[in-house]
Amino acid sequence: MPATRVGEVVQASTQEFVTQCYELHQPPPFASLVKSREGETDVFGVVYHAETASLEPGRRPVARGREETEEEGVYKAHPQLSRLLRTEFKAWVVGHRAGGKLVQALSPRPPKLHSFVYLAKAEELTEFGSSLHFLGPLVMAPLSSREELIPTFLLHLAVLREDREEFLLRAGKELTLLLWGEAARLQSLLRRLS
Amino acid sequence: MNGKLLGRVVGGSLGQGLTVRLEEGVSVEAVGVGRYVVIQGEKGRFFGLITDVELGALERGMEMDVSDPYVARVLSGTGVFGTVKVLPQLVLGVAGLEAPQPARTIPAPFSPVREASEQDVATVFGAEDQRHLYIGSPLDLDVKVCLDLDRFVQRSAGVFGKSGTGKTMLTRVLLAGILQGGQASSLVFDMHSEYGWEGEREEGGMVKGLKQLFPSRVAVFTLDEESARRRRVKTDFTVLIGYDEIEPEDIALLRDTLNLTELAAQTPYRLARQLGKGWLRSFLGYSPAQVKDLAESLGEHESTLLHLHRRLGQLERLPFLVPQSPESAVDRILGYLEKGLTVVLEFGRYRDIVPYMLVANLLTRRLHDLYVLRTEKARGEGASHPRPLLIVIEEAHKFLSPELSRQTIFGTIAREMRKFYVSLLVIDQRPSGIDEEVMSQVGSKITCLLDNEKDVDSVLAGTRERAELRKVLSRLDSRQQALMFGDALPVPVVVRVRDYGSIYKGLADVKGAERDRKDLWEE
Repeated sequence: MPATRVGEVVQASTQEFVTQCYELHQPPPFASLVKSREGETDVFGVVYHAETASLEPGRRPVARGREETEEEGVYKAHPQLSRLLRTEFKAWVVGHRAGGKLVQALSPRPPKLHSFVYLAKAEELTEFGSSLHFLGPLVMAPLSSREELIPTFLLHLAVLREDREEFLLRAGKELTLLLWGEAARLQSLLRRLS
Repeated sequence: MNGKLLGRVVGGSLGQGLTVRLEEGVSVEAVGVGRYVVIQGEKGRFFGLITDVELGALERGMEMDVSDPYVARVLSGTGVFGTVKVLPQLVLGVAGLEAPQPARTIPAPFSPVREASEQDVATVFGAEDQRHLYIGSPLDLDVKVCLDLDRFVQRSAGVFGKSGTGKTMLTRVLLAGILQGGQASSLVFDMHSEYGWEGEREEGGMVKGLKQLFPSRVAVFTLDEESARRRRVKTDFTVLIGYDEIEPEDIALLRDTLNLTELAAQTPYRLARQLGKGWLRSFLGYSPAQVKDLAESLGEHESTLLHLHRRLGQLERLPFLVPQSPESAVDRILGYLEKGLTVVLEFGRYRDIVPYMLVANLLTRRLHDLYVLRTEKARGEGASHPRPLLIVIEEAHKFLSPELSRQTIFGTIAREMRKFYVSLLVIDQRPSGIDEEVMSQVGSKITCLLDNEKDVDSVLAGTRERAELRKVLSRLDSRQQALMFGDALPVPVVVRVRDYGSIYKGLADVKGAERDRKDLWEE
């Protein structure tokens, strides 16, 4: 089964990349694993932020639905809207694959602009979940959604696994070792995982 | 064949023991004190004993809310974890090619710690043979722990424990083993008549004594023929002691038990000089008036002598004391011992400490003198030394108290050790009453439960792992468990003592016959 393509990279750095979606309002769900490319290297990121806004930064959309009975009516009456708006999402780099090997570390180079972005396939999610080294950098990442991102991502990874409970236990123990001394934060993360 | 991985070495020292952090998934409840572990170091394999179990927590570990079972599972092994203390004892040779050596260093950090496999334990405690007596099994392993009998009889040994903890059973197993192995002849001073023909089990019922198991290799002597007849015990000899055999130092030994004053205890030496060999008989036959005259001629206080006369009068009530014995008990005993027989001397109804101490001391002194003569003669002539003799005494603290141990023959034997091929097996419930110097010469110690602090101290005095062994010792079961250490074992070990009954089960159908070692010990 071919991977689902969701958009292409419009901004990239070592740490994260921004993807513009092909479909308006159709970003991958929060905490999905996505992948892009740089040369021979696949770069994996976890979606931590998505937004839909006007193409031109200075122009805010205005409300247009007063006369409509259904929301869809707005887009029908103003077909140009889908051209003036765009949906973007940001992915935090959590790993890369070079020479067939998946490594949970930053990619040597950021993805190229306009390289395609795909949703990770089920087997890639399983493979990714076999190691928990990504948790270390992620608990330190300067992201406002971090405390939501970590448990949601772990649950995403767990869903497909046969050893679901064992995986979550392992993850919990890894978090415990990483966050010892931050009892309140650890407690709230663990509560989400239980 | 590796045992289960328990944890990894994270700290510690050779003296204080290693700290081992348990692996995740290894519950503290699954590792007990007294268990053996094997640590694979970078170069050597270390053999050690778990001496303590502890729960540790990273800082602030207890602030977490663990009402959620998931959180509790996550935290166990990470934030809160178990550690055990392991005392490294031996370095095992490579693939059993070399004998185990005492540990002189400790394994590298993070060395894996595993449960000792049966093979490991068997390597350490040896296999059962003529020299090695299978005495029991470690607490949670089905492996035989074997005692090196050659070394066991070389120096004095002790069996200690509160009353009712199985000292007698244990001693029976030891004696049966020595009989089979032929390391020494034993002379048992059997205060309660429980070794020779038959004895009682703590839990009721009777067990066979040594004579029933080895009819042609054990002789039962008795001081009380009547009691033996009542109990239908076939005895080989009735011991009678002549008054002329009692020497002043036999009386000095009884000072406490006869309640003699210091002065009165010294007087017999002067009496013997004055009255000659039959001093005691003559003295006891004196009337009070004659005693007074004697006091005058000796220059003693009249009251001292009267006091001594009164006290020694107690001895006249002992029927086995006769003016002159028809046959010397010492010669008979020696005759049997030389033939390699074990002699059990039953005291019958004279369970009192006075006759016990008097007879044991008197006979042992003679035997010791004879052994000294023979050893010296053998050395002079380059002949073979006499057969080693193991003397078994109960209530040893009464003979070996600090005041008496220097005067009695038992103190001498304990100190002289093997020079003259006589050693002691002391059985006692109050080891703190035994002279420290004597205790320090006891080579092998086997101790059942002791709960008096002083007794524990005295048994463990001088051992390297005192603090650790103390913990193990105080947690022994009150029955059938014993801590053993010393010459006869490579490392201290807690043992479930094998059931004495198992020794002769295989013997029941072949009444009275002697079977070889293998059959005999079959279970």
